[in-house]
Amino acid sequence: MKNFENMMKPHFTNKHLLGIEGLKEANITALLNLADEKVEQSRRDIKKTNELEGRTQINLFFEASTRTQASFEIAGKRLGADVMNMAVAHSSIKKGETLIDTAATLNAMQPDLLVIRHHSAGAVELLSQKVNCAVINAGDGRHEHPTQALLDALTIRRNKGKLARLTIAICGDVLHSRVARSNIILLNIMGARVRLIAPPTLLPADAEKMGCEVFHNMEDGLKGVDIVMMLRLQTERMQGAFIPSAREYHQFYGLTEKKLSYANEDALVMHPGPMNRGVEIDSVVADSAKSLIREQVEMGVAVRMAVLESLSNNWLSKNNGGV
Amino acid sequence: MSKHKIFYNARLIDPVEMTDSIGGIYIGDGKVLDIGGHIDRNYDAKIAVEYVDVKRQILAPGLVDMRVFMNGVGNQTLKNTGESAAAGGVTSLLSMPNSTPIVEDIALVEYINGRSKKVSGVNLYTSAALTQGLAGEQMAEIGLLKKAGAIAFTDGRKSVQNALLFKRLLEYANSHQALIIHDVEDEDLAGDGVMNEGLYASRLGLPSKPKIAETIMLERDLALASLLKAKYHVSQISCVESLNAVKRAKHENTPITAGVSINNLTLNEFDIGEYRSFLRLEPPLRSDDDRMAMVEGIKNGDIDVIVSSHDPQDPDGKRHPFADAAVGAVGLETLLAAALRLYHSDGVDLPTLWRALSYNPAQILELDAGRLKAGSPADFIIVDPEHSWKVERTELKSQSSNTPFENRILQGKVLATYIDGRKIFELGN
Repeated sequence: MKNFENMMKPHFTNKHLLGIEGLKEANITALLNLADEKVEQSRRDIKKTNELEGRTQINLFFEASTRTQASFEIAGKRLGADVMNMAVAHSSIKKGETLIDTAATLNAMQPDLLVIRHHSAGAVELLSQKVNCAVINAGDGRHEHPTQALLDALTIRRNKGKLARLTIAICGDVLHSRVARSNIILLNIMGARVRLIAPPTLLPADAEKMGCEVFHNMEDGLKGVDIVMMLRLQTERMQGAFIPSAREYHQFYGLTEKKLSYANEDALVMHPGPMNRGVEIDSVVADSAKSLIREQVEMGVAVRMAVLESLSNNWLSKNNGGV
Repeated sequence: MSKHKIFYNARLIDPVEMTDSIGGIYIGDGKVLDIGGHIDRNYDAKIAVEYVDVKRQILAPGLVDMRVFMNGVGNQTLKNTGESAAAGGVTSLLSMPNSTPIVEDIALVEYINGRSKKVSGVNLYTSAALTQGLAGEQMAEIGLLKKAGAIAFTDGRKSVQNALLFKRLLEYANSHQALIIHDVEDEDLAGDGVMNEGLYASRLGLPSKPKIAETIMLERDLALASLLKAKYHVSQISCVESLNAVKRAKHENTPITAGVSINNLTLNEFDIGEYRSFLRLEPPLRSDDDRMAMVEGIKNGDIDVIVSSHDPQDPDGKRHPFADAAVGAVGLETLLAAALRLYHSDGVDLPTLWRALSYNPAQILELDAGRLKAGSPADFIIVDPEHSWKVERTELKSQSSNTPFENRILQGKVLATYIDGRKIFELGN
């Protein structure tokens, strides 16, 4: 009976998590359900379990990251894996080794889980073809950041009880954002209505064809919105090439209490961090009761635990001739 | 409150109905109350009014000049610009941001707008920089400056060379419904040229600018405006090839408009004569074929706007060999008289002329101006189109007197200028 129930439960059966694109609603729901359990686990006094005992997880970051790397490290350790961080920005790549050679070297060390962040779109997928273990995309260029989209979805689902038919506005530098891209795809799969609010210079081409409604001003864009997702604006993009100035950006696109008041009364605010207070978001909003920003960090660990555990199981069953 | 007035027996020019007919205008409280052929000496206004016989002179909307440079933004400059404008029949004007300081700051826009009408006496609107420091490298604060009251964005005499930046500017400005006005010149092709490329430049031995330097930049802009469906106004075109590009873009329904300087409509490269530095202008004076094409463009509406390109230069800056002399010329006071050359000699009728001098620029800048109808501000001028006068530098109101029409006889003179129904200029006073 237990087995039958398990068979009927939606599963996440992929070998890698390279992006949200290509996932089905059932895959995502399975990951979110498992992540819900991991939230409970993480809130216990004794947090560590042994699902990944004996497994080796390598965090391979070609691009500097503190938060995401720490989140993956904690997630792996909480499940009992041996976690090792490699900051490639300072190592062999500087000595001229190609990406594929790096992959071959790492593969020879027999890892089970490889968490990769790279500054070039598609690099993680390329690496996944060259190694013999589960690969998790922790952000590739402007392409995807699937665990961020999953943690955002988990945060929304836990606060609103659902994703379908919610209206979610993603505001800011969509053009350079892999977070936005993964979120747009995921939210569309889950049946949410997605809006993009940004100056035209910070939107990708044909944004409206990605399943979004596009707005160039917050007042119109935020009307009737349940969730306001703010994006980070990189400092180097504030000085005249894409937008005139941080001051002007804040005036027209920064989330203030006034602009938030255009959204639904029970609207909630999210931000993938790190925030530029006073540029894309006011402190009053970021620190208000409507803000889910800290909860997103907590959900990040849970979602990454769910992903690590699922992929590890998928490889185990494959190696044993299952699935 | 000024007394209600009736101006009758006037030659009314309507640039919308395209009529040139006898009638009158009834004004009060700064507004036009009624206008048309039915207004004459016997018009019953039902209250006490003053009657003015216009004696069959032209009574037409005040001119709207989209391209006026000011050296500064101080009271003296505003006052002097206003006096020149009033004497030339210009009741609304757009100042360029290329002053010292550059108009690219919110506080400065508010400062100018707060007193421009009071000090200058005319409707003086300000544009603001399109790029920071007019350097063509980074966007200016278009959204905030528009909120502060800048009604258009331009780098004035300068062209944005970087196509990527210009594309983003069009996109960004469009999302704020902000108008971009652009001078078109490819700096590499223009090089250090000081006059039109051709035989005459070769004979004078002056470095010259080819027409393609203008057209290639214009074609780029039009392609981008078409791609982005963005509002765009080319400040000044000067040659046949540019006119053809504008025609093509309009034919394809790209939402663009075009202007031409009065200098390129009335003068050609031969007027430079023997190195007359007052005719060192931007764009340079072209061949007479080009000039005639510009006139044709006005006649059939392909060119929307005539500007004075009023650009006062210190006389010392003009007392140099041609190639070293400062660029630009004053034009507010001679704009109408020079434009009437098109009426006297080139077969352009008066409503067509006023369409380009008042109605179209007001439409492009979204001003309640440029046309006289019930309810609109009583900004109008009375003009004797036949009055001949010699342009004497010392007679001009402008502090600088670098006019390209020096010592020429022009035909047509503004007799009086009214703003909000109040007379701010009268010939002889």
